[in-house]
Amino acid sequence: MLDTVLFYIFALLVLGGGILTITRRNAVHSAISLIVSLLGVAGLYLTLSAEFLFAVQIVLYVGGIMVLFLFVIMLVNLDQAAKERQFNRQWWVALAAVLAVGGAIGYFLYRGKDAFHFAEAAAGQAASVLGNTEQVADSLFTEYLLPFEIASVLLLVAVVGSVVMAKKRI
Amino acid sequence: MMHPVSTIHYLALSAALLLIGTVGVLTRRNVVIILMSIELILNAVNINLIAFSHALKSVNGQVFAIFVITDAVAEAAVGLGILIALFRNKETVLADEIDLLKW
Amino acid sequence: MDFLNLIWLIPLFPLAGAASMLFFGKLLDPQPPSTVAVAPGVEPVYEHGHGGHHAHAHATHDHGHSGHDGHEHHHSSPLKALIKIICPGMVLLSFLFSAGAVWQLSQQPERVKQIVQFTWIAGLPFHMANGHLATFSIDWGFLLDPLSSVMILVVTGIGFLIHVYATGYMDHDTGFYRFFGYFNLFIFFMLMLVLANNYGLLFVGWEGVGLCSYLLIGFYFHKKSAGDAGKKAFIVNRVGDAGFVLGMLLMLSVLGTLRFTSVNALLRSGQFAPETAGFGVLSAIALLLFIGATGKSAQFPLYVWLPDAMEGPTPVSALIHAATMVTAGVYMVARSAALFQLTPSTSTVVATVGAFTAILAATIALVQNDIKRVLAYSTVSQLGYMFLALGVGAYWVAVFHLFTHAFFKALLFLCSGSVIHAMGGEQDMRYMGGLKNKIPITHWTMWIGSVAIAGIPGLAGFFSKDEILWQAYSSPQGSKLLWAIGLATAAMTAFYMWRLMNLTFYGKSRVQPEVAAHIHESPAAMTAPLMLLGAGSVFAGWLGTPRLWNLGENFHAFETWLAPSFASAAVEAAKEGEHAASTEWILMGFSVAIAIIGIAVARWFYHHKPEIPDTLETQLKPLHGLLYNKWYVDEIYDFLFVNGLGKGGGRVLGEFDRKIVDGGVNGAGWLTRAGARASMWWDTWIVDGAVRFSSFFIKMLSYPVCILQTGRVQAYAFFVVIGALAFFGYYLAH
Repeated sequence: MLDTVLFYIFALLVLGGGILTITRRNAVHSAISLIVSLLGVAGLYLTLSAEFLFAVQIVLYVGGIMVLFLFVIMLVNLDQAAKERQFNRQWWVALAAVLAVGGAIGYFLYRGKDAFHFAEAAAGQAASVLGNTEQVADSLFTEYLLPFEIASVLLLVAVVGSVVMAKKRI
Repeated sequence: MMHPVSTIHYLALSAALLLIGTVGVLTRRNVVIILMSIELILNAVNINLIAFSHALKSVNGQVFAIFVITDAVAEAAVGLGILIALFRNKETVLADEIDLLKW
Repeated sequence: MDFLNLIWLIPLFPLAGAASMLFFGKLLDPQPPSTVAVAPGVEPVYEHGHGGHHAHAHATHDHGHSGHDGHEHHHSSPLKALIKIICPGMVLLSFLFSAGAVWQLSQQPERVKQIVQFTWIAGLPFHMANGHLATFSIDWGFLLDPLSSVMILVVTGIGFLIHVYATGYMDHDTGFYRFFGYFNLFIFFMLMLVLANNYGLLFVGWEGVGLCSYLLIGFYFHKKSAGDAGKKAFIVNRVGDAGFVLGMLLMLSVLGTLRFTSVNALLRSGQFAPETAGFGVLSAIALLLFIGATGKSAQFPLYVWLPDAMEGPTPVSALIHAATMVTAGVYMVARSAALFQLTPSTSTVVATVGAFTAILAATIALVQNDIKRVLAYSTVSQLGYMFLALGVGAYWVAVFHLFTHAFFKALLFLCSGSVIHAMGGEQDMRYMGGLKNKIPITHWTMWIGSVAIAGIPGLAGFFSKDEILWQAYSSPQGSKLLWAIGLATAAMTAFYMWRLMNLTFYGKSRVQPEVAAHIHESPAAMTAPLMLLGAGSVFAGWLGTPRLWNLGENFHAFETWLAPSFASAAVEAAKEGEHAASTEWILMGFSVAIAIIGIAVARWFYHHKPEIPDTLETQLKPLHGLLYNKWYVDEIYDFLFVNGLGKGGGRVLGEFDRKIVDGGVNGAGWLTRAGARASMWWDTWIVDGAVRFSSFFIKMLSYPVCILQTGRVQAYAFFVVIGALAFFGYYLAH
């Protein structure tokens, strides 16, 4: 019962925030709406028993990326852009295509809804005494060590890249 | 009340968020908003991954989601850097007006 | 010494003389640079002793006498005397060897000696007209028989005398050694001509004497008229030579051989029937050979070169154009007697041409003013007599006339040369006169020569000419018309010769004062031959007295000597009995009377009443003009051939070259350009068009695709979504 209610509350936050994000004229409003949406996503993670990810989402996404976004929005003077037309001329084509995709996905989900019932038997066995974070760390540092290292290299590249891109004079 | 919330609901939510994000990418002229819409898409993917991780009682989904977040971070940083560079050179942040590669 | 086997030496001696002049001549007679000698005759001014005479219209000057006024003569080297010894000496040697050979021949029972030295052109097989296989070969062989023996004696004997004369005459001329070199070369070729044993070798000599004639006529090559005369002689001769060669080839085709003995044997064997009715193949051969003789012996229509040949020095005129070269044609026809005996129609042609030429030339000689011209036309006329004799079948008579004519015509020419020498170069008879006492030897020898040619009984000319007239009348191939023409010509001959004598030697002197001061008799080198030739003119005739006179066989030796050559003894004997002796006496009387009348009229005109010829000239001006201008034959030839064929042909060919040949070249150029234009069109529109079209095509194809490349990122993202939709569609469908 609680799950259901929480789900719908967080779902509302997510979708509402998403819709607001893409429709606001002011970029800061858009960013704030996105933060709201991200918080809702974090909440959804919690309902799905992914505590570590909930924390990561808050810290990284909201605390890191959205702050970065806001800084950049401040840096780039968007007053002039706010006065412009916000939606491009082909919005209806995009909308139609997306609705078609949505229709297709909906159809797939409808047709396969029975396939998403997984056996509960898997819950009994391997009931890990470890908490979620430990489990994630365990997997991350043993099985997925290489992708982890590569991800760190990726982050390094991104750091260098963004610094270079944003410099006034290279 | 409705049925108990199952995986399907999360998938549907993920799909909806994806579509919202896609519409944002395809429709908005302001590049910042486009970047934010891309974040929406990535989050939709994460929801999908976590939902399945929960359903399958596996931690792989979450690990993958961590990587997705990492990727989103890197991409947002570089993307914003590009945006700044673009703004400096072209004085505009509207995606319509940047068509230098037009044939 | 066996002269008969040394016949090959006879032509060799003068050849050696010519070669010695070629190699050593300049050494012996170096030509010092002399202002006058360089251009003898180009600018006839004070040296020639007739400075005021440019107004009169004669064309030739014998310009060898630039130094006789005494104040100019080039110092000759003492070695020049060597030339005077070598060249005449060679001819003398030839004469002695000829005399020896002829004497030894006469001792032989069969008076034919044939020696083949070597084969010149080896046997080339060919097919005759009748299909038989024959071989064409020409050997370097000599044939000494009565006919050629007469010829070599005449050539070498008179040639020697003229050589001696020339040593005196040409003494002051440049090119002394060159003259004697050519002179000796001429004797060589003439001897080859008469000694040859086949037509091919005869033709070698024929061409050789033509060459020497050209060289000697154009001896004063600085003068344009001399060069032109030389060319004219050679070219007109060439026309005749074409006929000769064709005749030789036809003879090869029909008879298969060129050797005289073989040809005569074939013709007399009875294989070939006499072509009494019309022209057959033998007549064609004979006619073609006669055309060659016409060119060489200056008969109508190829006589025009002989008067112009007087441009050469007088010894040349005497030897070549009086005694020897021009008689080559007569010799050749006489040699072909067997052929002409079988073709009466051709013989008639020969006789007619001869008679016509004789009278034509005589009419022209009547009014000429240049002393050498008169003698030149006289030569043509006398040659006409010889052909008349050949034509009526009296071959020995023609050769006899050749023999006597050689004596008196050479004498006349040499005397005229002496006169010119005395006059310091003057040749126009209107400016002579009264020279009788001033140059007595010349006068008396010329008197002898004139009497001889006029045909007064006792001297050489009478016997030969009278015999010709008798044969023309009485021979089966003769006719009264031919006799009448001959008689008229004889009258004119007597007349113009005495006109010459009167104008030159008798009467008042019309000589220019500055010339008169220098008149002198010629040196001994010149007068001695004159006297010898004079003796010959008197006595040579007695070898052929008419049988009528019955003086015994010795006085009739000429005919008997020549009889074997013509195989005509039987024919002659048959002819003798056909006419009465009285007819012959009457005709003889006619010819004597006509000669005396001619001499008397000339004396009356030019000695007693000089105004008569002047009146006649003015009253009969058109006729006089016609004769004086040589019947305008030269002008006709000029118009027809030089201008017509020559320039006209040149124009036609020029047009051909311009229009057709150049047109072809231009057309090829135009075609090339047109082809280039077409090629350019093709390249521009088709080839380049294909290239441009392919690029255009690709561009057209790419337009729809280009539209998709908007440069806007959102459009590309849209396509990603469309792609996803496509994937969904695919999965839905399957």
